[in-house]
Amino acid sequence: MGWLARVYVTPKAGVLDPQGKAVQHSLHTLGYPEVGDVRIGKYMEVRLADVSRESAEVRLREMCDRLLANRVIEDFRFEIDAASVD
Amino acid sequence: MRWGVITFPGSNDDAQTAFVLERLLGESVVRLWHKDESVDGLDCVVLPGGFSYGDYLRCGAVARLSPIMRAVEAFAQGGGMVLGICNGFQILCEAGLLPGALIRNRELGFSCRRVHVRVEEADTLFTNRCRRGDVLDIPIKHGEGCYIADDATLRSLEAGRQIVLRYTDAEGRVTPEANPNGSLGAIAGIRNARGNVFGLMPHPEHACEWLVGGEDGRKIFLSIIAARGGSAETPAVPTSSKVLSGP
Repeated sequence: MGWLARVYVTPKAGVLDPQGKAVQHSLHTLGYPEVGDVRIGKYMEVRLADVSRESAEVRLREMCDRLLANRVIEDFRFEIDAASVD
Repeated sequence: MRWGVITFPGSNDDAQTAFVLERLLGESVVRLWHKDESVDGLDCVVLPGGFSYGDYLRCGAVARLSPIMRAVEAFAQGGGMVLGICNGFQILCEAGLLPGALIRNRELGFSCRRVHVRVEEADTLFTNRCRRGDVLDIPIKHGEGCYIADDATLRSLEAGRQIVLRYTDAEGRVTPEANPNGSLGAIAGIRNARGNVFGLMPHPEHACEWLVGGEDGRKIFLSIIAARGGSAETPAVPTSSKVLSGP
């Protein structure tokens, strides 16, 4: 047993997201005028083995800070659940 | 002087950069692989354009963890000259050697065309062969060239005279139309606070011969050579003086 972390990386508030803007326009074109802001980020699944939950959290935060997200332009959050690790 | 040109998996302007330095400017070039661990004996290290590691995760995010980058960071901290072009600029930002970040172009598309950039600072290691206000005609080719930074960073870049190049029209005016990617303040190139690390999105190595439309790019390389030659503290290493085709 280990952990499955679901990591969400999103553009920071205020950072231009041209992809989101393009998708917003496309949704309007498809007939969804109710669509407001669209922001596009990344979703990652990271499996961890042989660590405590506390340690997994601390180390994941580190991984996000050091590689998975660029803190100049992106925010991140993650959820950790018990899971089998291959 | 002795130049190092790094090749990361996915670099594609490394050969052109080496060609310009060796064949057009008669310089001595050491080709470095991303797994090399030393840049000893070099005067300037170039991180070339391209798509290192397929731009996986973010442009430059994986390349900055290559073994060679530890040596480049130490070299930069010791005052060595580092030039990052396009993907090289992205790598330098990811590595924290330059502030800010480069994100997707405002208009989303990959932009491949000639642009004009105005020299904002001529008293630098990288632009001393230009005059302040000079407009250079140099191509860009990138999808993620929109420079952004937070307000505090932008203020410190301005205050420290670290903004070296801005996108302008042919007359040197900053206009929305002349900004090809939406960069904050039309920033096309910046240097670090110490002044020895320079990153720019335009490709000077692709503007060094009239055959390809212009020679303005030479001014960047010639500035670096002039800066090196002018340093009394570290005299130029004598190298082969073969000049196949002078400027």
